[in-house]
Amino acid sequence: MFLSHLPRSVLALLALAWASVLVLPWYWLSSFDATSLNGSLAAFWLVAHGKSVWLAGLLLPLFTLSLVLLPRLSQRQIAWLLSLGGLLALVMLLGQGFAIGLRGWDWPWVGQIVGTQVFGAIPIQQGLGFGGYAYLLAALMLMSQGLARFGLCRGDAFIVSSITLSFGLITLFVFFPVSRVLIQSVLVPDGPGGGTTWAFAAALHKLDDPSIWGLACLSSTRNCGVVWNTLFLGVVVGAGSTLLGLAFALIAGRSQWPFKPVIRLLSVLPIITPPFVIGLALILLFGRSGFFTGLLSEWFDIPRSRWIYGIYGVTLAQLLAFTPIAFMILLGVVQGISPSMEEAAQTLRADRWTTFRTITLPLLRPGLANAFLVGFVESLADFGNPLVLGGNFDVLSTKIFFAVVGSAVDESRAALLALILLVMTLAAFWVQNVWIGKKNYTTLTGKGDSGLAAILPAGVSWSCALFVIPWSLFMLCVYGIIVVGGFVVSLGRDYTPTLKHFETAFKITPSDFGMQFSGSAWNSFFATLEVAAISTPFTAALGLLIGYLLSRQKFSGKSVFEFCTMLSFAIPGTVIGVSYILAFNVPPFEMTGTGMILVICFVFRNIPVGIRATMATLSQVDPSLDEASLTLGASSLTTLRRVILPLLRPAIITALVYSFVRTMTSVSAIIFLVSAKYNMATTYIVGRVEAGEYGVAIAYSCVLIALMLAMIILIQLFVGDRALGRRKAS
Amino acid sequence: MQTQQAPLSPRKASVEFRAVSKLYGKVTAVDQVSFTIQPGQLMTLLGPSGCGKTTTLRMIAGLEIPSAGQIFIGGEDVTLRSAADRNVSMVFQSYALFPHMSVLENVAYGPSVQGLKKSMAEDKAKHVLEMVGLKGLGERMPSELSGGQQQRVAVARALVLEPDVLLFDEPLSNLDAKLRRRVREDIRELQQRLSLTVAYVTHDQEEALAVSDEIIVMNNAKIAQRGTPHTLYSEPADLFIVDFIGDANITDVVIDKVKDQQADIQLGPLRFTLPQRGLGQGPAKLAIRPDAISLSADRGLTAGVVSKAFFLGRLWEYTIETEFGALFVTVPGRAAPFVVGSSVMLDFDVSGMVLVHDCPDKKM
Ligand SMILES: Nc1ncnc2c1ncn2[C@@H]1O[C@H](COP(=O)(O)OP(=O)(O)O)[C@@H](O)[C@H]1O
Ligand SMILES: [Mg+2]
Repeated sequence: MFLSHLPRSVLALLALAWASVLVLPWYWLSSFDATSLNGSLAAFWLVAHGKSVWLAGLLLPLFTLSLVLLPRLSQRQIAWLLSLGGLLALVMLLGQGFAIGLRGWDWPWVGQIVGTQVFGAIPIQQGLGFGGYAYLLAALMLMSQGLARFGLCRGDAFIVSSITLSFGLITLFVFFPVSRVLIQSVLVPDGPGGGTTWAFAAALHKLDDPSIWGLACLSSTRNCGVVWNTLFLGVVVGAGSTLLGLAFALIAGRSQWPFKPVIRLLSVLPIITPPFVIGLALILLFGRSGFFTGLLSEWFDIPRSRWIYGIYGVTLAQLLAFTPIAFMILLGVVQGISPSMEEAAQTLRADRWTTFRTITLPLLRPGLANAFLVGFVESLADFGNPLVLGGNFDVLSTKIFFAVVGSAVDESRAALLALILLVMTLAAFWVQNVWIGKKNYTTLTGKGDSGLAAILPAGVSWSCALFVIPWSLFMLCVYGIIVVGGFVVSLGRDYTPTLKHFETAFKITPSDFGMQFSGSAWNSFFATLEVAAISTPFTAALGLLIGYLLSRQKFSGKSVFEFCTMLSFAIPGTVIGVSYILAFNVPPFEMTGTGMILVICFVFRNIPVGIRATMATLSQVDPSLDEASLTLGASSLTTLRRVILPLLRPAIITALVYSFVRTMTSVSAIIFLVSAKYNMATTYIVGRVEAGEYGVAIAYSCVLIALMLAMIILIQLFVGDRALGRRKAS
Repeated sequence: MQTQQAPLSPRKASVEFRAVSKLYGKVTAVDQVSFTIQPGQLMTLLGPSGCGKTTTLRMIAGLEIPSAGQIFIGGEDVTLRSAADRNVSMVFQSYALFPHMSVLENVAYGPSVQGLKKSMAEDKAKHVLEMVGLKGLGERMPSELSGGQQQRVAVARALVLEPDVLLFDEPLSNLDAKLRRRVREDIRELQQRLSLTVAYVTHDQEEALAVSDEIIVMNNAKIAQRGTPHTLYSEPADLFIVDFIGDANITDVVIDKVKDQQADIQLGPLRFTLPQRGLGQGPAKLAIRPDAISLSADRGLTAGVVSKAFFLGRLWEYTIETEFGALFVTVPGRAAPFVVGSSVMLDFDVSGMVLVHDCPDKKM
């Protein structure tokens, strides 16, 4: 039969490639009038009408690719045609996309060769539309088909395509934005005419700024530079949450205290609480009209003050938010210490205190260092609490935000600050990997270890209690206020019970056209649910696919690939936010202001959990299962679907829950990306807090927490007890 | 006849390796290996752990692509063909039964992914399950079967596609000792009944000798010797083979004289005439099988002292100190025992003695 030498997939991809230039609209929001172009905005017709004529170059690779339709080609010739044609198409698309900017040539050297004007007009770039993305996809997939014919990945086209597709996505949505931050931080505007130039010297000069590095606070009452603030806060929060976490872990893991379930509950709650809600609760407790402030002023005449706004408030809020993470890490380590070690010490006549001091504590040391670093990194990344509580106390994450949305917009300053934050975070992760990764003393062996864990010495036990009891009570207060706050008129002033706040936010008025969601929160609530509902399955699917590729396939560049996927997890949300603005606010990949960019942002921030969960599960699944399926004639896609997927159920659930929860709670990255049309629940709440409408904010938070609690309980019922760590130590 | 009842009629195909090598980074797992498996024959790859047997088998299956060389199945070059496109099935060491599918679904998996209708695939699967003696167990989950039954499900699953070549990777290693003998007999019987072309990997020499038409002994990624079980036992190519196939006492001897392909050798005070096997005058190695030495209280060629004695039921295992070194000797268990420390006389059966070359490479 004609064309029988080509599989249907190649023919379909070729059809897609041609459709992308002949039928689909090439640009996203085209400034060309569709009617004046006989209705078609596809690249070919634009060129035919003398618009964006450089797009003609896109046809050349398509002709090359279409040569495979010729009869009597050898497999090797087809492989060459597809690989080179696909590559050429990618180069053409990206080349024209980046060479031409909003105001003419972005790459001046091209302009010097071709002339500043093309056919009498300065070339202007616009954001790609369906046509552009379809072209990109088809080019990538056809190239994969070609590479598979060279015998890559045992000649499996599905695997090669999956790898190039994942690679492409990670490059576009992780690597590319981050590299934009690097570039932007050394670019400066080139006078009023627009355009930019490289200016390392200027960048260095910008670095030399007392508001960043200043040490004035050591010698005077003025504030220190923002870097020192951030660093100081990170160290204090890291150390504090580690100490508190240790006390909780020792009590939970090594004592017979009756209220251990309370500790467990308190450790889960922060995971489903949007981080800034804690800051909000602190305002309600200790703000000028806060609950305790009121009590203190009535009973002891202590004047109301704003002390909570600033370093104390932020530190307290972060300690509350991140101690549970330290607790989970340290609980794992405490339980991982083999009881036989401690028993061995005791048989050597060490008393309880000596055993604790010489055996237990030293074995805990790497865990402590790890908990410290995680607390440190969380504090660096935290954005919500400094935003609502910071006052005059600046940290990098808020400074970055205000450099982008504040009165003096300075993208290159934002990029520079983001770069500093990124370097600090990556340095912490690097220390964690290099230094602690090598010193893991976990003594869990997998062999039955039947010893009894040593009981804490009385002194240690009581000192722990000294921390644990007040802190638990404090946390109960914080969560109590979140619940109560939504149901009273105004906390600290008027405690009349009311449903007013819920009404403002979630009012439903019956009308002639059925129910009308007239509450002010519905808009963002539905947008959040929509974004969560779309991004969650994508996150899980992509995470699963990448996890499968990483654990089951061999290919070059695998470790770089793995590093990039993990990168988006390690990068603070504010940096991601800035990088997305820098990368996706301008053509060719222009998508800010759309709902799509929110979905994309969540997908790539949350996939690492799906990847890790998949890799962990697959490491316990015998690879012979895949191979058995292959030798029985199943393609790798069939194998993935019928053998691997059913065995990955727990990993799928983890990925789904995690990404759902994160979508509902995170604020830092998306606050840069939301628009009037697509506001998210968290950013809406932050907005209420800034406007001083605490009642609505707290009522809304309650609804979110309840929703997520219900989700988690549902999932728990389906799959049983599974730990839901927010951010696991590697 | 059973053959007529069998629903399967696999095409018989040969397997040929031409100078095939496989490298993992710097590690050479298989080094320039060439061999042919004749259609309908059971060929065993035998060798110590890590010598490259599994890698060789996986290259037949298409689970690894060779770094160099060519592979032919049924005369066709399949070197670059993926596993799914080769008509080769494999029984894995761990059985690799899909834990989320019933026995029937496991066996029907192959036909169903080939596009056969579900009911037809299951009919086929039932036939094969019956053939391997698992009739009526189709609804069970793999975890509800004994090790031997699981193994048979794995065989059934591999057979149902009527493969050109069937591969076994240490199929008995997860079974207890009693079951091993029976299962290996079943496999051999099935292979002969259906005249399957089989490649079989094991590190157990007894198993290899029992099931094979032909054995390839591998060592350090290379073929050390190939031949029928009997050839390997009676005419080992070098010291490695002697040591690996059946136990042997290796002793230093001196070849005095060579004539008519026969060599006169000196073993301490003793003299024997053995086939020369290409060796020349001078020092050489002699392999003496443990059962080629007989013990008695008073009659024999030379004297020794019993230094160790173990009773294994079927056998006595002795270590005897002689003037040319310690010798390992096995004697039927019914014979009268010798106590440790007593002196015995030793007699030698030349048919259990063979002159051997030293190892070509001493890496073993
Ligand atoms: N996937 C792999 N990656 C790297 N080395 C391997 C891999 N598989 C096998 N090897 C190496 O190749 C050699 C042969 O392995 P294998 O064929 O499994 O031996 P056998 O089955 O004879 O025990 C060993 O040294 C082993 O370490
Ligand atoms: Mg092996």
